[in-house]
Amino acid sequence: MNWESPAAFFAMGGYGLYVWGSFGVCAVLMIVEPILASKRRNDILRSLRRERIAENLEQP
Amino acid sequence: MSNNKIIHWFKYASPQSFYPLAGKLIPWFWGLTAVFLIPGLWITFFAAPTDAQQGEGYRIIFIHVPAAWMSMFIYIVMAAWAGLGLALNTRLSGMMAQGLAPTGAIMAFVSLWTGAFWGKPMWGAWWVWDARLTSALILFFLYIGFIALQAAIDDARRADKAGAILALVGVVNVPIIYFSVKWWNTLHQGASVSLTKAPTMAATMLWGMLLMALAFWMYSIAVALTRVRAIILEREAHTEWVKELDEVKA
Repeated sequence: MNWESPAAFFAMGGYGLYVWGSFGVCAVLMIVEPILASKRRNDILRSLRRERIAENLEQP
Repeated sequence: MSNNKIIHWFKYASPQSFYPLAGKLIPWFWGLTAVFLIPGLWITFFAAPTDAQQGEGYRIIFIHVPAAWMSMFIYIVMAAWAGLGLALNTRLSGMMAQGLAPTGAIMAFVSLWTGAFWGKPMWGAWWVWDARLTSALILFFLYIGFIALQAAIDDARRADKAGAILALVGVVNVPIIYFSVKWWNTLHQGASVSLTKAPTMAATMLWGMLLMALAFWMYSIAVALTRVRAIILEREAHTEWVKELDEVKA
């Protein structure tokens, strides 16, 4: 498939709203989800590290 | 059946040995996601020809169908893990089910959302209450129900058990979604790809859809494993092996 111009590509033959509305939301979700999953692991790791430091302070 | 084999399998059923294994696997699944996604997107937007009836609007199929497939497949895998946990009382099973649920919910949402954005220009309606759409909406609610039910119960093991029963009862919905276009007269079209007959679409389009489906599949595994690793740490926070992890000591 050859698009005549970038504008034609974004227009999607008049279906631009529907095509980009679909792909856009899908892309956003699939970028945000892994970030949130990594953040969840980083959060628990941070609290585990803090607990470890606190334990070491109690028993020098 | 040798005892060794049983022990070997159960080894990875322990969070302690699964945690590092998952950590090693995640980058590979991200790599595979890219390997399938790049040619998949190329076909989606450049190689696949304009559809005779639907013009460029049909290109939504390349994410709609993979997301719908994954939403059903992840549900079955989630219910299988949940059921395994209920039957064998293995600790990891419930964590796997819990790790998969949000990814499945997102896939179900994407299938509904892209379906609405495809239905509007082609059918003239964002939504119709036909059997396929309604059963797919119920699948989304089952995921939300599973997540909410587990979140509402403080004790992790009891949350797993309650969730498992919900997940297993909900499995009945998956064949209903799959066969809905056969059993009832639906506005939604029939299956374009099935195991029993030749696909009713051009080879380029079929390849694009399969590549995108594989990309979604690999993505789902990568992100679910990342979440499972977080869940393992949360639930095993007070065990010795977690305290001895390099990333905790650092």
